[in-house]
This record gives sequence, C-alpha cells and structure tokens, in this order.
Amino acid sequence: MSGPSGVRVFQGLDSGQLLLICAAGLLAVAGVAHTAATGLVDPEIALGFGALIAAGELARLTMPGNREVAPIGAAAALGYTLLLDMGGVPAGHSALQVVAVLAVGMVTGALPHLAVGRQPRLDAMARRLLTGALLALAYRPLAGPLFTLAEGGEGNWWPALAVMALLILVMVLIDVLLAAILRAEQVRAAFGVAIHDEMRMAAPLGAAVAASGILLALASHSMDMAALLVFAAPLLVTQVAFRKYAGIRATYLQTVRALSRVTEVGGYVEPGHSRRVSRLAVAVGRELGTAEPELLELEYAALMHDIGQLSLHDPIPGGATVLTDPEQARRIAELGAEVIRQTGVLDRVAEIVRRQCDTCAETPPLASRIIKAANAYDDLVGGSSDRDRAGAALERLRLGSGGEYDPTVVEAMARVIDRMAPLHRL
Amino acid sequence: MRGLPWFAKVYLALVIGAAFALLGHSVVVSGRLERLDWSTLLVLALLFLVCESVPTLLNVRQAAVSVSFSAVLAAVVLVGPEGAALVGMTAVFSVRPGLPLVKRLFNSAQFAICGYVAGWVYQRLLGGRLVTPTIAGFDDLIVPFAGAAAVFVPLNFILIALVLVATGQADQVPLRGLAQFLVSYLGYATFGLLIAGLWATVNSIAAVLVLLPLFVARWAFGQYLAQQRSYDATIAALCQAVETKDYYTRGHCTRVSLASGMIAQEIGMGPERLRAIRYAGMLHDVGKLGVPTKVLQKDGPLTEEEYAAIQLHPMRGLEIVRGIDFLDEAFAGIMHHHERQDGKGYPMGLAGDEVPEFARIIAVADAFDSMTSDRSYRNARTVEVAMAELRKNAGSQFDPVMVTAFIKAIDRDGWEPPRKVVTPPADVVRTATKDHDDPTMPIQVVSER
Repeated sequence: MSGPSGVRVFQGLDSGQLLLICAAGLLAVAGVAHTAATGLVDPEIALGFGALIAAGELARLTMPGNREVAPIGAAAALGYTLLLDMGGVPAGHSALQVVAVLAVGMVTGALPHLAVGRQPRLDAMARRLLTGALLALAYRPLAGPLFTLAEGGEGNWWPALAVMALLILVMVLIDVLLAAILRAEQVRAAFGVAIHDEMRMAAPLGAAVAASGILLALASHSMDMAALLVFAAPLLVTQVAFRKYAGIRATYLQTVRALSRVTEVGGYVEPGHSRRVSRLAVAVGRELGTAEPELLELEYAALMHDIGQLSLHDPIPGGATVLTDPEQARRIAELGAEVIRQTGVLDRVAEIVRRQCDTCAETPPLASRIIKAANAYDDLVGGSSDRDRAGAALERLRLGSGGEYDPTVVEAMARVIDRMAPLHRL
Repeated sequence: MRGLPWFAKVYLALVIGAAFALLGHSVVVSGRLERLDWSTLLVLALLFLVCESVPTLLNVRQAAVSVSFSAVLAAVVLVGPEGAALVGMTAVFSVRPGLPLVKRLFNSAQFAICGYVAGWVYQRLLGGRLVTPTIAGFDDLIVPFAGAAAVFVPLNFILIALVLVATGQADQVPLRGLAQFLVSYLGYATFGLLIAGLWATVNSIAAVLVLLPLFVARWAFGQYLAQQRSYDATIAALCQAVETKDYYTRGHCTRVSLASGMIAQEIGMGPERLRAIRYAGMLHDVGKLGVPTKVLQKDGPLTEEEYAAIQLHPMRGLEIVRGIDFLDEAFAGIMHHHERQDGKGYPMGLAGDEVPEFARIIAVADAFDSMTSDRSYRNARTVEVAMAELRKNAGSQFDPVMVTAFIKAIDRDGWEPPRKVVTPPADVVRTATKDHDDPTMPIQVVSER
C-alpha cells in the first residue's frame, strides 16, 4: 500500500475505531505467531475453512446504513470455531489457530478488493475478527469435553448444541454492542437508539449466519469435508436475497437524492438546497434520538420538501420559501404531498411534507418541525459557512414569532451546527 | 374442475389415480408400510407441510418453487419410496387459502408419484437396502441421492408442464427461466441431502438449522420485492411530477418506459438490462426541467440560443441522474436519446452504430408516444399512422432494427394510447405549441445572423 492511500484509509477514523483496529491487529499477530511457532494442527481442515472464509470476505456486501457484512465468511468462521470433529476424528485446533485462520482468510479475501481499488473498511473487518476471536477463546477449551459427551455412551449432542447456541447469542450481543458504540461515535446517534438500530439490522442475518455456522460444525461430523461444499447452499440463497435487498435500498436512496435536484435544475431553488436541508434535518433528527426507519422517512421528506414547486408555472425568485407568503408556502407543501402520495407507498413521507409549514400550535409530527426549521435555516444561510451568519440565522429562528419553530428542534440544530462548523471550514 | 377440456380432466384423473394405485400397491400387495419409521415420517411430513405452505418466490416469476422439494428428497433417504410418497401426499393439507380441491389433489398426487419414483431409483442405485446414513457410509449416499434428484426434477417438471398445457396455460410453462429453475432445484436438492445427512446426529433439529437460513432468505426476498415495487412507484410518481409543467405530456415517461421495455424484450435483452432500459425510458426527459418554460412553450421558430437550450436537456438529465447506481448503458440511453442514425441529432451528432443501443430504443419509443398523444397544436395520430412514420424515418432518424422490433411487438401485444386530453381552459394552463420529441414537426430555428 502506498503512503498517500494509507493515510486516506486512516483518515476519518475516530478513537474508538482505532482502538478496535489495534486490538484486532494485536490478536491477529498473536494468533499467527502462535500458530507459526507450534505448527498448524489439521492443515487440510484449516485450509478448507480458510478458503471458505476468504471466499466469504470476497463476497461481502454493504447493507443499508453503510454496514459492511460478510455472511458466508462469518458462517465459515463460526463453523471452524465450533467444530467438534471432522468425520469422527476430534478436531484439536486451538483458539489462537482459529484467530490465525480467520485473519489470513480475511486478508486473502480482501486482497482482490484492494487490487481493484476498493478501500477496505478496516473497522468492519476488525469487528468481525474480534468477535470471532472472542468466541473462539471462550469455546475452544470446551470443545474436547463436549465431543466426549456427544460421542461417548449414548451419544448426546444436546449439551454441545446448547453451549453453541448460548455462546453465539453472547457473541452476537457483543457484536451489536460494539457496532452501536462505533455508530454512536461516528454519526453522533444516541447510544440507546444505536443499540436498537443495530439489533434490528443484525437479527435476520445473524440468525441465518448462526444457524449455518452450527450446521457446518455438525455436518462435518457426518459428512466430513463435503459439508463445506453443501453447507454453502442455504447461505448462498440468503446472501443473494440480502444483496438484492441492499442493492435496491441503495438505489432507492440515490434516486430520491438525484431527483430531488430537479427543483434546482429547474431554477426553483438554490443549488444544493435539498441536499443541505436533508443533511441538516437528518443530523437534527439523530440528535433528538430518532430511530433509523423514521430517520429514512425524514431524509426522504427533507429531500422532497420542495417538490410541490414543480407544479408552479414560474419559479419563485430564489426559491426561498421562508420569505414567500405563508399561503403560497402551504400550497406548495400540499402539492408536494400530493405528488408523494401518488407513489402509494410513501404516505408517511407525504404527511411529513404536507405539514412542514404548520406552526407548533398545530402539533405537526416531529419530522415536519425539523424540516421547517432546517429549511428556514438553509434559506437564510445557504451554502455559506460563515459563523456570524449562522449565529444570526439561529437567533432569528429562536425569536420566530408565535411559536413558529419548535424550540427543542432549534436548540438541537444549534448544537449540530456548532459541531459541523469546523468541518465546513476545512 | 368445470370448464376444463376433457383431456385435461382425463389427465388429472390419471395422475391422481396413479398416485393412489401406487400407495394401494404398497399397502395391499407388499405390506411395506409396516416397516416404516413412523416418527421420522411424521416429522418430515410436518416439515413438508410447513414448507409447502410458504412457497419461496425465487427469481422465476410465475413458478413458485417451494422448499418442500427438499423435504421429499430427505424422506427418500430416510423413509424410502413409500414414505416419500406418503410425505408428498400430505400436500393436500397445505395451508394455502383459496386453492381448490382438484389442484390440491393433483399437487399431492404428483408429489407422491415423484417421491415414489425417486425413492425407487435411490434404492436401486444403493443396491436395494435402505440405511439411515451413518458417518462412514455418507459418501456412498451421494451418487444414489443425485440419481434420485435427477429423476425427481424432470418428472416433476413434466407432470406440471403437462397440466399447464392441457388447461391452456401453456404460455406459463417456465421455459425461458428453465436454467435458473434447474439451478434453484439443484440448491434445494442439496438442502435435502443436508437434512438427511444431519439426521443421524441431531434428528429434527437438523431440519430447523437447514431451514432457518432459507426462511430468512425468503423474508429478505419479500423485503426486496416490496422495496422494488415501492421504488418503481416512487420513480414513476417523481417523473410525473416533473411533467406536470406541461399539460399535454402527462404520462409520457411511463409510456416511453413501457414501449422501450417492449422493444428491448423483443430484441431479447436479459432481465437486468431490461430493467435498466425501463428506468432509462422513465427518466429520459428529466433534464427538460432545465429548459426554461418560455422556450418550451414559445410560439413560432426558436432562436439559435433557445434551440441550444433544448439541445442541452439530455445532458441536464444525465447530470441529475448520474448519482444513481444504474448500468452505464442507461446513462448513455438518456444522454443520446435524441441522436439520429444520419448523425444530425443532438447533443453529440453520433451516427449509425455510434449511437448506443439504449438510445436507439428510447428514440423510437419517445417519438412514437409523442405522435400518438394529443398535442395542443394537433390531435393524436393513430397507431397505424405513427408506425408508418417510424418506418418512413427508419434508417435516417431511427434504427430500422428497433423500428421493426417495435412494430412486431405492437402487432402482437397492442398499444394503449393515452386517453383523449380534454382541451384545458386557456386561462388555467399555458400549453406548448411544439414538442421536441415529435418527428413530424421538426423544431424551426431561425438564424440571428
């Protein structure tokens, strides 16, 4: 890796991410060193699982919210960790060897991505490695006794199954916790909300990965290495389904973002207005503890809040809706809501857009109040990053006569803008 | 059952009768049912029922491939042909509201026959014995299992295809997606093997472990389809919003999208490109918003400057949609949809094969819809007149291949022209007196010099 690109990778990482990456790096080094010193136990098995982990890493995908996951790799790692025996022969690899195979497999799988110029998401990889390593450290010492229990006498597999399920559950919880901590730091979400969001995102895929991992470990007992091939089938279907889902979600957001610009191209609003309003609105929504699904609705509504202007014959000069007369603004909101309602699926977004001009006394939804304030702020400040201008605009919003703007929203916005200001100056 | 042709009735009766005959033969003649492992059978039958009740929609549109196939194949290994037939029989009880009894009977009968035959093949290949898979013997199972699956799949396909043909639904036989179909069957066969292979260790938990990822996948597919529908509706609504400016062009984008899709399908484009061109057709004119209204609605010839503004609209459109993760071809289609075969189009003046395929398709669809829609300065032309116009300009303006394909598609599927536009009251809407898409009314440009 050349110098400048290396710098780019580490730029924008915050302290939590750095800590995580360091911890994972140390673990990986320890694992590889230990394995190199003691020699690889059962090299064929390690190679087989390592290859699957690499393939999974190669086929990683990005879920909504810019979350990187590698379900096949994760399930393979799980299978290797949980492995009791291979065709009746007890598996004797240590926890540190699991870490080594995991690390080498992941790096191998990431290389082709690097070769075509896709930067690795170090924090996501570190998280996968760390949680995998934790599970290995907790489970590997138990593997021997569990196998004797499963094979000896009547052959009772239930204790092994129970331990696997329990430890995986703990691991998933730790993973969610880590993800939430990182997320809270990265996008400034409230921690409780972040945990909730991560849980909702992790649950379906986590269940599929966990089942496949256990399946792989158990199937190796009766099917030998063939298990590695057949097992991939259920998860492959799952992966395809999730990839399609993630793809359409991403395209959806891109499309709404792109088409929100038609008002700018048509000269109805200032260039960049919709994007700025949506960014500010989402940041304020997050500051006020809005969960992700509602945050997405807020973003859509903010992007399309001016779409009603398309029904006007001629653009309002400058498009500044805060300065036009209230009746006109209300009509634009109604027209915009009507357009959005045409989709038949974004009814809540339409409602948010329809009520964006309501005063606090009319108790509009929180999202509408946020958009009202963000829109007014952007109309006053525009793309400028002048602090005095920002302060003056905020002051004007605070003074807004007759409960025009929600004070809680305005205060949250002040905090957000204060945080964003240094970024603007860069 | 009523309303079916007689041969369909005969066929249905034959299949159902054959299934019961097979079962009766097993009970009466050989008495083989007594040796069955009833507890395993019960679990498998339950599993089968659960799967049969929630068919997994895979990519093939009409064919609901259900996971139940895996359960029958697992039964082949674990409980033999008679057991597999019995498991297949339970399809009668699947929870699918609104499914008539005849269909249920036929469904369970064809499953039973396929299960029985596959089981028989499996036993033959294994050498006549039926063993619960053990660790040592697992590798020996793979070939017989593959044989059983190889018999099951075509038999199942033929039985169902025949009933579709007999009831006059032959066009629904999924021949087009056959390859995809076979791949998904192969996947499901693997699941069957997995369930059977794991049975020795953890019994019924094996089924849960195998099916959990599948149900998650099904859930994700459901989410994906819902998002897809939602997305299509949203993109259509937004494009229509862009068009509200001009009273007469309403619905233009959806119709161009439809017509582009028809042409693309006719020339045999794959599903992914088909989807891309539908979106490109939908979005081809979003850049028109960047053209001042007064230019679009101006009476009489345009100045060169005004004409340049119109010529810029494909670029403006591209600029708007560039951030979307479409196929590159879709962008090329939007950018070049006003190029002509003779190189006199805009914005780049490409000619012949230089014009991207998507753009050649959209150009035909665009002009056709413009001609068959009402305009303030003329009424809609009939489909025949518009087609004649396309033919006349094939080679100079349009790609003859696309024109031929489009005419063929319309001759077969028909075309629903937009409803008659009620002339709007003049004081409410100002309307354009020209349409830049209309090939019969070229835009007049006056030189200022």
